[in-house]
Amino acid sequence: MDIASVAQHGMEIHGEAWTVKELFVYPNEFVVWSIQIVMYPYMTGLVAGAFVLSSLYHVFGQKELEKIATFSLAFSFCLLPVAMMPLQLHLQQPFRGTNVFFTPHFTSAIAAFGIVFTTYAFIVASEIWFVYRKFFIDEARRLKGASGLDGIRCMIYNILTLGAYDLSTDALETDHKAAKYLAGVGVPVAAFLHGYAGFIFGSVKANALWMTPLMPVIFIMSAIVSGIALCMLTYICLLEISLIKASVGKGKSENIKSQVRAAQRETIRLTRKYLLMFLVAAISLELLDLIFRGYTAVKSWDILRSVIYERDFNLIFVMQYGLGNLVPFILLLLPRISVKRTVVALVLVMFGVFMMRWNVVIGGQSFSLTFSGFMHYHLPIIPHNWETVKEGLVGALAVIATPYILLVGLNFIIPVVPHFEEKPE
Amino acid sequence: MISRRGFLKYGASALATSGLITTTSGKIFAAAGSGSKDTRWAFLIDTHKCTGCGLCVKACKLENEVPMEANATRTWVERYVIKHDGEVVADSPHAGIDGYTRNDPQGREIPESDIAKSYFVPKLCNQCEKPACVQVCPVGATYQTADGVVLVDRTWCIGCGYCIMACPYGARFFHPVFRVAEKCNWCYHRITKGMDTACVEACSFGARMVGNIMDPNDPLTKIIKTERVSLLKEEYGTSPMAYYIGLDTLVR
Repeated sequence: MDIASVAQHGMEIHGEAWTVKELFVYPNEFVVWSIQIVMYPYMTGLVAGAFVLSSLYHVFGQKELEKIATFSLAFSFCLLPVAMMPLQLHLQQPFRGTNVFFTPHFTSAIAAFGIVFTTYAFIVASEIWFVYRKFFIDEARRLKGASGLDGIRCMIYNILTLGAYDLSTDALETDHKAAKYLAGVGVPVAAFLHGYAGFIFGSVKANALWMTPLMPVIFIMSAIVSGIALCMLTYICLLEISLIKASVGKGKSENIKSQVRAAQRETIRLTRKYLLMFLVAAISLELLDLIFRGYTAVKSWDILRSVIYERDFNLIFVMQYGLGNLVPFILLLLPRISVKRTVVALVLVMFGVFMMRWNVVIGGQSFSLTFSGFMHYHLPIIPHNWETVKEGLVGALAVIATPYILLVGLNFIIPVVPHFEEKPE
Repeated sequence: MISRRGFLKYGASALATSGLITTTSGKIFAAAGSGSKDTRWAFLIDTHKCTGCGLCVKACKLENEVPMEANATRTWVERYVIKHDGEVVADSPHAGIDGYTRNDPQGREIPESDIAKSYFVPKLCNQCEKPACVQVCPVGATYQTADGVVLVDRTWCIGCGYCIMACPYGARFFHPVFRVAEKCNWCYHRITKGMDTACVEACSFGARMVGNIMDPNDPLTKIIKTERVSLLKEEYGTSPMAYYIGLDTLVR
């Protein structure tokens, strides 16, 4: 019976729809961890990276980063639920996902994920609360007695204050301190959350490509790179939107435009160096891993070499290292940087980190446990059943779009999109 | 402010509780982890005797609710053809279920004069002493019985696939109907009732054997104790319990 008729009879093995085998592969081997497992470390990385960027201001007192840091914190909160989404879409029994909380089996690297994730979510949520408490109170007071939509908003703000209406200097000082401490605790937790994702892969001893103690550290570095890049990119785009608004809006002047342009330049100037720093760290670690594997050349090296240098050469060296690392590195380093050039570089950095996740997750399954055969992954683009919806292009795009939908929603409650007032000359 | 008496009282009860938890969990883990003293199931495969007929694969699928047409299986037979020039041509089309009746390894015909040696290797779950699949299951749906067999609770598995990734032998897959992790359990429902596994029963050539390695009088134990046997992929440290006779170094 061929694959098509097996699928018709519902006898398709998970992974069969997108796996093509070559040479000697065990009968049960398929690309079981597909696009959503590529998305999972990618999204967790973005959460962690966005949070680290926000902490540069809150913990390390990089005052000039205030605006983008506040935005990054809110964005990190929007990205948070999306880190869980790919896992849920990947599970064969999604409704049993909560079993991890009921019977966590702690010898498994995944078992504590729920606990780490929930802890981190609480930290981010509480930090946001402390940062925006004054805003909630101000809004609740401003909208007091309003009816209709504003009435509902007033109620929401009243609930969000959690009954703490104290706006004394002492209380605001406490808010500030609490946010600082939470950001301080949050950094190691964010690093742990993502390093942990690296450990999930790095500890699989059956997989020759994944098994390296460097995996968690590589994951953390690339996470920070992608997080900073995404925050910069989104922030620059939001500034651009406010620029467009300024152009079409009534009574807006050149004054606002110049403010926005200045803000964009400032953001680029300040965050660029952090991005480059972490990019260098990430690439160094990845190259160290590659050199070490080649130098020690253990049993699995023959098949790894043919995957890395031959079959996946374009994916690894052209798309990941070349287009995703080297090109943006040069673009960001060259003098007289413009907004456009930065945007191109940031998009390429994001692409580079995505390719890194792809090359780890899919690359790790592109050779057989026999070390004598290969598996090719074909991303389902046009879905033909529910499985190819959730574990195909559609599912991946849904995961990418969700944080932006949440960001728009969050913007109704707290001012995420930067706002500029007319300033006297 | 807590009094000194109160502190001691609460402190002592907290210590007692944590002690109780530690001891109890220790007992639970001990019961689940170590094998019983009387029984430890083991498997023995004599590759010299295997003719690659594939009846074991058929019998297994019939016995264990794995659809015949599904491209995954609890047990399979591999074919190895080694040429004089050193090239190894190995395959296991449809897990060898239809039997190897033609000279077509990997779809090519190899002239007999080119063949240095060829043989079949039946494979199945190794029911490892230190199973990687059990270690990585996040919910404990995969567990090891006291007599050493690794089982899957189909009602509790969340279908994350971590166990499939962790097994170095490729023994696991997602069941096409139940959509949970699936693997060979040496027909646990049969061996615990004194019967042979379906594959052992189906093999007309006696290439497969299951038995209790703790019993010195078991024919399997006698062979393992007295003959030269080997194991698959020992380097992963999983301590597999499926022994082989006549295993070539080229076997993957």
